[in-house]
Amino acid sequence: MSEAVVLVENIIEEAYDTKTFVFGWDEDVKPGQFVMVWVPGMDEIPMSVSGINARTKSITVKAIGEATKKIHELKVGDRMRIRGPYGNGFDLSRGEMLIIGGGVGTAAVMPAIVQSGADAIIAARSKDDVIMDDLASRYSKDLRIATDDGSRGFHGNAVQLMKEMVAEKKYDCVLACGPEVMLYFTYKACQELGLKCQLSMERYMKCGAGICGCCVMDDMRVCKDGPVFDETQIPKLTEFWTSKRDPCGRLVKLR
Amino acid sequence: MVSLKAKVGAMTFDKPGMVASGIMDETGPSMVRMLDCGAGAVVSKSVGLEPNAGHANPCFMETEGGMVNAMGLPNPGIELFEEEMKVAVPHGRIVGSIYGAGPDDFRTLAGKMEDYGACTVELNLSCPHAKGYGMEVGTDPAMVKAIVSAVKSAVSIPVWAKLTPNTHILPDIGRAVQDAGGDAVVAINTLKAMVISPEFARPILSNKFGGLSGKALKPVGVRAVYDLRTVLDIPIVGVGGISTWKDAAEYIMAGASAFQIGSAVLTEGPGVFDTINCGLERFMEEYGYGSISDMEGAAHE
Repeated sequence: MSEAVVLVENIIEEAYDTKTFVFGWDEDVKPGQFVMVWVPGMDEIPMSVSGINARTKSITVKAIGEATKKIHELKVGDRMRIRGPYGNGFDLSRGEMLIIGGGVGTAAVMPAIVQSGADAIIAARSKDDVIMDDLASRYSKDLRIATDDGSRGFHGNAVQLMKEMVAEKKYDCVLACGPEVMLYFTYKACQELGLKCQLSMERYMKCGAGICGCCVMDDMRVCKDGPVFDETQIPKLTEFWTSKRDPCGRLVKLR
Repeated sequence: MVSLKAKVGAMTFDKPGMVASGIMDETGPSMVRMLDCGAGAVVSKSVGLEPNAGHANPCFMETEGGMVNAMGLPNPGIELFEEEMKVAVPHGRIVGSIYGAGPDDFRTLAGKMEDYGACTVELNLSCPHAKGYGMEVGTDPAMVKAIVSAVKSAVSIPVWAKLTPNTHILPDIGRAVQDAGGDAVVAINTLKAMVISPEFARPILSNKFGGLSGKALKPVGVRAVYDLRTVLDIPIVGVGGISTWKDAAEYIMAGASAFQIGSAVLTEGPGVFDTINCGLERFMEEYGYGSISDMEGAAHE
């Protein structure tokens, strides 16, 4: 773990509401790990590391709340505070992989795609929401796009496309990050198809470092024991897809 | 064979180390996990009358030799906390930590914790970063006495008071707890602290200041326990920067009957309890201490 105030060196427009911020930071980061990001005037938030180079790292931010909108105001040459990296990250050594990114969750799996060159799916609502496909296509052996409205690539969701690809080719393990509904049905599909999986989860976080317990799913800290959980752990996460904790620690039923 | 059993007044714990309040103890399942890791008890998150989201992020940062936090007492409120206690209590000893603005709040909260099955209630008279609570009520001996008396008259389980090092009258506060019938003091909470970002020219925590915990705090805590031992007859539970068996032994020899661990759950992982228990056992065998109470206060002799 280290903390630093870093310089924004490059900004890439990924979509109408999503930008990648490349910053100078020479920490060792594993695919699937995250950092806590802060700029004065905003709440510090966890962000997946979307790009890993020796001297630079990046985060990819969709402007959806106050904090993410504040990050979007940053220009090249501005500074932000980073602490981390935190979390366990993906294990890229579990056989033939299929990697799935849904929406802005694509950012979290991008380093895994880049480092492994594995087959991948980028799924989004429509063609305008597809992010980072240029980069992914340069590394992935077989990159496919799925859109809910069929405006680009496969007409349907990530799990439907995953099932098609599994019927075509042999995979051992599915890696995924995206909306919890996508992760849930990815998990169900993996169970049916006898595939291993590693899913990157999200919960409200405070410390990010595994001490306060605010982000737990059951007894597992998403920030420290996760954010990536595998097929042996997920069956024990009764809160997966069903409930989450709010900032007070109250259990909020999701369905 | 040496015994790791710890006696704090009338209460006996199978293991001398407990999870300090605020660490992996906001939910039932996480408290159960910590009990399974070899903790003799888990002190719950400090719970108040109403749900509280705590301070905005950043509310935590790691520093050299420790960490500084201003979580701001996040908790679901005493009514909802019943659900978490239902999950945890069947698995082991839960000390219910509570915070309030005065005797009435504490009395109500303590009664609920007893109803929920807490083995002991710990009064948070020491959080350094919650306006109107914690050390703001815990640095006035008259207020401390009033709060402890109110709680003692309301519950039959032991009442512990967790004290702040952010005062020059710690012995007076300890005596106020003892005079009011308190069963033990827990020392110490975090040391009031601040971290500034030179680049942004402002404090990093949203609350500006917070509390320092971790290794850097240990000598401060050991000294506090040593001093309290010289003025008090009631037991002391030592806490502050313990991450190894040696740290725990220091607190015990300063006069603690048991100890609590917080920050080391981050630096060493939840397995820290088992590691410390094994280390203590080996040390006690080698140096001829048969029990924790044999070691208690040894540094005073």
